[in-house]
Amino acid sequence: MTTTKHKVHVLTGNEAVATAAKLCRVQVVAAYPITPQSSVVETLSKIIEQGELKAEFVTVESEHSALAVCIAASTVGARVFTATSANGLAYMCEQVHWAAGARLPIVMGLANRAMAAPWSVLNDQQDSMTMRDAGWIQIFCRNNQEIFDTFVQAFKIAETVHVPVMVCYDGYILSHTVMPVEIPAQESVDAFLPPYKPHTILDPAHPRNLNPVTLADPRRNGDGELCHGYMELRYLHQEALLNAPAVITAVDQEYGKAFGRSWGGMAWGYQAEDAEILLMAAGSLCMEASVAVDRLRQEGIKAGVLGLRVYRPFPKKELIEATKNAKVVAVFDKSMSYGNEGPICADLKAALYGSGSAPIVHGYITGLGGRDVKYRHLMDAAKTSLTAANNGISTKASEWINCQI
Amino acid sequence: MTPAVKSSAAVQQSDVVLRYLRPHKKFPNLWCPGCGNGIVMSSLVRAIDKLGLAKDNVVLVSGIGCSSRMPVYLDFQALHTTHGRALAFATGVKFARPDLKVVVITGDGDCLSIGGNHLIHACRRNIDITTILINNYIYGMTGGQISPTTPSGSVSTTTPYGNMEKQFEACELAKGAGATFIARTTVYHTSQMDRMITEAIQHRGFSFVEVLSNCHTYYGRLNRLGQATALLRMFQEKAARGKAKSIIDEESKDMIVTGVLHRDDEKTELCDEYQKLLDSLSKGKA
Repeated sequence: MTTTKHKVHVLTGNEAVATAAKLCRVQVVAAYPITPQSSVVETLSKIIEQGELKAEFVTVESEHSALAVCIAASTVGARVFTATSANGLAYMCEQVHWAAGARLPIVMGLANRAMAAPWSVLNDQQDSMTMRDAGWIQIFCRNNQEIFDTFVQAFKIAETVHVPVMVCYDGYILSHTVMPVEIPAQESVDAFLPPYKPHTILDPAHPRNLNPVTLADPRRNGDGELCHGYMELRYLHQEALLNAPAVITAVDQEYGKAFGRSWGGMAWGYQAEDAEILLMAAGSLCMEASVAVDRLRQEGIKAGVLGLRVYRPFPKKELIEATKNAKVVAVFDKSMSYGNEGPICADLKAALYGSGSAPIVHGYITGLGGRDVKYRHLMDAAKTSLTAANNGISTKASEWINCQI
Repeated sequence: MTPAVKSSAAVQQSDVVLRYLRPHKKFPNLWCPGCGNGIVMSSLVRAIDKLGLAKDNVVLVSGIGCSSRMPVYLDFQALHTTHGRALAFATGVKFARPDLKVVVITGDGDCLSIGGNHLIHACRRNIDITTILINNYIYGMTGGQISPTTPSGSVSTTTPYGNMEKQFEACELAKGAGATFIARTTVYHTSQMDRMITEAIQHRGFSFVEVLSNCHTYYGRLNRLGQATALLRMFQEKAARGKAKSIIDEESKDMIVTGVLHRDDEKTELCDEYQKLLDSLSKGKA
């Protein structure tokens, strides 16, 4: 561990993102204004123009172009960064898939915001859930320190696994509130995160054609080498994501050794060991759940938090292990898979199926479009679920918390 | 306090605007005090009132940005759509209901940046839509970032040391793309704006009115240009009404050329062409 002094700053979530990008020495930044992400790139543009960071800042005409610029820059070997929210991410969709399929280690900040229509600039997690199948790694943060630390980790993860990483943090709740954030010295970050060594650099001396039209079956190229078909490339992508938990956990532990903080790898628990009921969520909602758990414990209810840090790849093994002693898991989704149920809830149920471990899982939909979530709501839900479980009710329809209809 | 005495003309004028606001809804508005968007809104209302169009036969379509909030406040048919896509939505409305008057309210970021492609193709098709582009040189709603009309050298929150890019000449772009009515005015020149918008709505074909407006909150403050009144004075001093023959006039480079800049009444309109095609096909069948 280095002895260089680490300073504590009071930063918004967005400033923590910009500061992390600076210390990670990103080389190309491209972004388009969208609430509540905008101040990330405003801060970065200032840092770059003041000469504090040697990087290209590209002001583009849309989010689609922002990610296109990042894809191109990453392809030629730059460490790149972008940030967006909600409809900006939706507009990027085509490029989101491209970045993943091209296996580029792009890191994106996503200040989570509700999807239109109707318009809302406030927080929920529908935007990231809409992109969950694109093949990115998605990490959710619970506070501004975790946002900073996760960004530094994200570049290392992306550049090891060759898969882009979306660092998700709740819009306004984290993006615009200030918290103390310990910022390590540049030398410490440099020691943890060496310069990016590109794996598919375009080199004029060795011209290549990247991502050409690929037919259904493997075919020989002009030099007679048998090349992967589309399905083989996709299999390798899936394999990389299935192997990613080991990398994500190792990087988090290595970060802990270097900086004194780690965040639980794929998933984390609070008061979870002996919990009868687990309150499961992703992002800042977990902090609300921790308050609820403390209160429930005061009332003699054995409750705990199960914090989902990484949503893709989905930590099946870790979640089976974490829930095996619980009677019931109440899953709080800040998004909806319309026509089904909350995406985290559905994924947890699927992970548990056939595992031999079978806690009761109840789904709750909460905080859509910025609707306030209070610890009391979470406590009530936990009690409802526990009572239902004690009465042998194993399944029930998703309940919408504080929906006034 | 003594109540302000208004001249009868002023009372009449504000009454006209009041008649077209959505009653008891969406107020107070989102615009900063002194914003030019309100001036454009009033001008649009006066133009529509003068033309005697029924409220329900007017469709206002907008995208995202400060100016795009306008349809929310006015009691017409309204579509508040996604960023940059107002013209795409408006094209659908006009094609399905050619009998309606379709007006797009947009800003420099919405229309020229993320929605630039839709603008050039709407111009090219010469579809009967009136587009009012409120150009305030900056992204206002998201906090003062550079837009495609931010003048070179100007400061924005994403170009804190000055914009090194060149700016779009919106009217030239519309002309090159095939719009058949193009006018420019400013929020200082309200009576001219009334005329320009009236003529634009009357024009059969794609009409484009660029209204230069003040964002003193971001553009004015970041570039030390003063408050709303100072920016209005700049429009007053720089406007070259009737002094320029063409859009680009070397002598008036530092001036703002206002008025009707281009007009083509010969070019056929898209919905008319489509109707002709349908008529000819149905004749063939009969």
